[in-house]
Amino acid sequence: MPDLLIELFSEEIPARMQARAREDLRKLVTDGLVDAGLTYASAGAFSTPRRLTLTVEGLTANSPTTREERKGPRTDAPDAALEGFLRSTGLTRDQLQARDDKKGQVWFAVIERAGRPASEIVAEVLDATIRNFPWPKSMRWGAGSLRWVRPLHSILCLLSDEAGATVVPLAVEGITAGNSTRGHRFLSPDAFTVTGFDDYAAKLRRAHVILDSAEREAAIRQQAENLAFARGWQIVPDDGLLSEVAGLVEWPVPLMGVIEDRFLDLPPEVLQTSMKEHQKFFSAKNPKTGRIEGFVTVANIETPDDGATILAGNQRVLAARLSDAAFFWENDLREAKAGMQAWAEGLKSVTFHNKLGSQADRVARIAALAREIAPLVGADANQAEQAAKLAKLDLRSAMVGEFPELQGTMGRYYALAAGEPDAVADAARDHYSPLGPSDAVPTAPVSVAVALADKIDTLTGFWAIDEKPTGSKDPYALRRAALGVIRLEMENLVRASLGSVAVKQYMQTLRFLQKENRYIFLKDTNSNNTLTQFFSITCLFSTDTRFSVNSERVDSDSPVFVCRNKREPNSDSANSLQITSNLEGYYEVLEELPSPNDLAADLLSFLHDRLKVYLRDQGIRHDIIDAVLAQPGNDDLVLVVNRATALNAMLQTDDGKNLIQGLKRAGNILAQAEEKDGVEYSFGADPKFAENDQERALFAALDTAEPAIKAAIAAEDFPAAMTAIAALRAPIDAFFDTVQVNTDNQIVRRNRLNLLHRIRAAGQQIADFTKVEG
Amino acid sequence: MTSPNRPRSFQEIILRLQAYWAEQGCAVLQPYDMEVGAGTFHPATTLRSLGGKSWAAAYVQPSRRPTDGRYGENPNRLQHYYQYQVIIKPSPANLQDLYLGSLRAIGLDPLVHDVRFVEDDWESPTLGAWGLGWEVWCDGMEVSQFTYFQQVGGHDCRPVSGELTYGLERLAMYVLGVEHVMDMPFNDPGAPIPLTYGDIFRQTEQEYSRWNFDQADTDMLFQHFKDAEAECARILAAEPVDGAGRTIPMAHPAYDQAIKASHIFNLLDARGVISVTERQAYIGRVRALAKACADLFVTTEAAQA
Repeated sequence: MPDLLIELFSEEIPARMQARAREDLRKLVTDGLVDAGLTYASAGAFSTPRRLTLTVEGLTANSPTTREERKGPRTDAPDAALEGFLRSTGLTRDQLQARDDKKGQVWFAVIERAGRPASEIVAEVLDATIRNFPWPKSMRWGAGSLRWVRPLHSILCLLSDEAGATVVPLAVEGITAGNSTRGHRFLSPDAFTVTGFDDYAAKLRRAHVILDSAEREAAIRQQAENLAFARGWQIVPDDGLLSEVAGLVEWPVPLMGVIEDRFLDLPPEVLQTSMKEHQKFFSAKNPKTGRIEGFVTVANIETPDDGATILAGNQRVLAARLSDAAFFWENDLREAKAGMQAWAEGLKSVTFHNKLGSQADRVARIAALAREIAPLVGADANQAEQAAKLAKLDLRSAMVGEFPELQGTMGRYYALAAGEPDAVADAARDHYSPLGPSDAVPTAPVSVAVALADKIDTLTGFWAIDEKPTGSKDPYALRRAALGVIRLEMENLVRASLGSVAVKQYMQTLRFLQKENRYIFLKDTNSNNTLTQFFSITCLFSTDTRFSVNSERVDSDSPVFVCRNKREPNSDSANSLQITSNLEGYYEVLEELPSPNDLAADLLSFLHDRLKVYLRDQGIRHDIIDAVLAQPGNDDLVLVVNRATALNAMLQTDDGKNLIQGLKRAGNILAQAEEKDGVEYSFGADPKFAENDQERALFAALDTAEPAIKAAIAAEDFPAAMTAIAALRAPIDAFFDTVQVNTDNQIVRRNRLNLLHRIRAAGQQIADFTKVEG
Repeated sequence: MTSPNRPRSFQEIILRLQAYWAEQGCAVLQPYDMEVGAGTFHPATTLRSLGGKSWAAAYVQPSRRPTDGRYGENPNRLQHYYQYQVIIKPSPANLQDLYLGSLRAIGLDPLVHDVRFVEDDWESPTLGAWGLGWEVWCDGMEVSQFTYFQQVGGHDCRPVSGELTYGLERLAMYVLGVEHVMDMPFNDPGAPIPLTYGDIFRQTEQEYSRWNFDQADTDMLFQHFKDAEAECARILAAEPVDGAGRTIPMAHPAYDQAIKASHIFNLLDARGVISVTERQAYIGRVRALAKACADLFVTTEAAQA
């Protein structure tokens, strides 16, 4: 059984692509071999910056011979049919066999495919693999047309067994496969030949190449830790950086350097980010001081001066980088201590979205909302508003300009420098959270208020301008914002009516949608002043930000109109109207935006969809959530989840499962009767018409359950409500077992339908049970 | 840096690069006589990377980036600096080795230093161009950009050109061990009149920084942008046959106008009068010019194999 060794030797492969490329090479080649009829015992793939390598062990030497019989046309069929058959089988007429079949004599083709040697198959598979390799980005070079991630220089392709090693004959666009490769670019540049994988790996190691990235990672980690340990320091772990660095070197040589004293006062996040992003250095922490005081850089070479020149060079580059960072930090601190007015001013010139205004506009909206939300989360309203106003100022700082990933982190430092309390500074840092499903959720009240306000404003804003996520497109990360709202509310048990919050925030947003010669009109509930056949308006937003619309007076069911001011009435346009109250002139409708209530309802349904995804991960089915969404207060997500959780728990019990059937049956019978009779059976069930004990027992059970459910719901004690309704299971089952609802006696029938209504009504207090599946 | 082979001045590094690439067979060209943001804008790169004709050129290109001006105070940033540019079509198989040879030529021995090719894909939105390659690191510092052009002016590059760009000041500061660019010896420190980079450029950096940031007449620049755009379009639309019956399409004069528009845009950007949204639109307008020039160039003799 031969072994196969493949190496694709190229110019430097981007580190981030190597892991995927190893896996793709292994899969494409082994799948190709198996499809062609070969089998193998094991396969392993490796990468360095300059090579992708695959070893396949225990490959069969030949693919098996196969024999296929195909039935063709009758021997007396027209020539055309026979010719078609010959074409499809690739045979000639004298190679066919005539056999007797039920319907007469028929041509048969017997196609034998001889087994093929592994080398032939490997050559084909590797050729196809190279030509179709799924690099995330590939390129051409020179005058050729082959594509690879960077220029491909050589192909090593060897089959070896006890008898020795043979090169697989193969040439791809002028690159002929051979049995040689090269070592380290500088330390061992000469070509050498190999006879198999073990020989290859051993010779590579002598040629200063560690083939296995896992081994390189382990070596880097070990040596870096040793270097740090010698100074009493610790390496700050960073697996992403480790795997990237391992993809940049063939012969890793970690070198430890010391950060100059003048930079040690920089925040540790700044040191770490600067060293990682710009230099790919690991940070070394001094546990005694808690500061980052050193770094480890990983060179790709051993030098006669033991890396002294390399370390000095890296140190020099780091000093230049950190000088920049220190310069930013000192300037930023000065601005922070001066109150950050320049940054607040600067946010006015940063566009958030061309329809939603500047970052300063956005901050004003978030601050107003944070103030509203503060009492709901137990935060001080002034602190929440102040925190929201400060939270994004660091976007104008030089440091965040250089390192965008430090947004928030720097905001906290600058807020503290400005003399703000910890709660406000922490909110500046934490208000972006949670950024993903596993990211920590803020719990400090001020942080929660600002984080919620930030996300709700984003959602309302993009809903207002109709930029909602569609399919896989979610350029503004609105799904993430919605999940953030859900997680913030759930993990902090925030009780908020999101519907009215969204309506209010929409009004806030509308105020900022005004631009020069572009006005937003809302319908005033008190106005009967019909100016056009389309709508009547007397309420509008002023461009003066001190003026805020009195949301109490807004007709939230009427659409919002975006209008343009015109000097003269446009006689042709029925949309031209004169506003007589605040603004003089004539207006033409440019755009109609959703009514506040429609916008809130649509946004809420989006949040409900995200809530279903969130709860699915917690084991609650979507139909259970649908069943409780019909209940009042469905814009209070905590309430929705409490209901759903209680319902879910009940449905796990026998009583619960059977109760569902009873409730559904009651509902169905009632609905059919109501449809047939054209009336609604809703009251007047009287126990005196009950004909047996089971029926009387149901009356009694309902008499007990109804007030119990009502009281439990009022107290939001959903488990108690579930217990109360679950107690109806036995009486309902017994009732349906012994009583015929649609009896001939119309009085009794009507009474029973009215009784069913009591069952339905009891259920409806808790959930819409018709939505529960099963 | 301890090598006896070490150059002593900024100009010696340039001279060694010139000699090295001349030895490798490149035509050593002179800088293009217009204001450009990078060596890539030189028609010897942008236009000559198009079409099938083989090409090998090397040159110094003074480059202007108005927004990078720091009044000569920042040790590493300048609004006017030099790039060294090498362009070879088709890219030779040993281009990496040729490049490493150029580092040895200026005293950077890859057996003492840590030279690395780190992924960095290049894209020029104003030229409608992109390529794949690396930034080359020497001891953690980026010393060059190494790119295999895939597309220029919206045209696929066939064959592919290999482009090397050295940021000369940064590279030289490293080789010479200088901390502040203005302290760097420009000519030999032992010359009768030794001149530093600062002797030559400190005052100009101050003057241009002021003009770029505060003084440039933006109304005039907006007009110049429109004029260059219009002239470019007019040249491209001109009848290729002249009055004497000669067929002379004018790709290069048109491309000069595209270069001009690009630089005027950079000046306006430095003056802070172009908003974030307008920015994309201006870049798009320059790209449209560059593409139209490329469309014409590929039909001309210089582009034929």
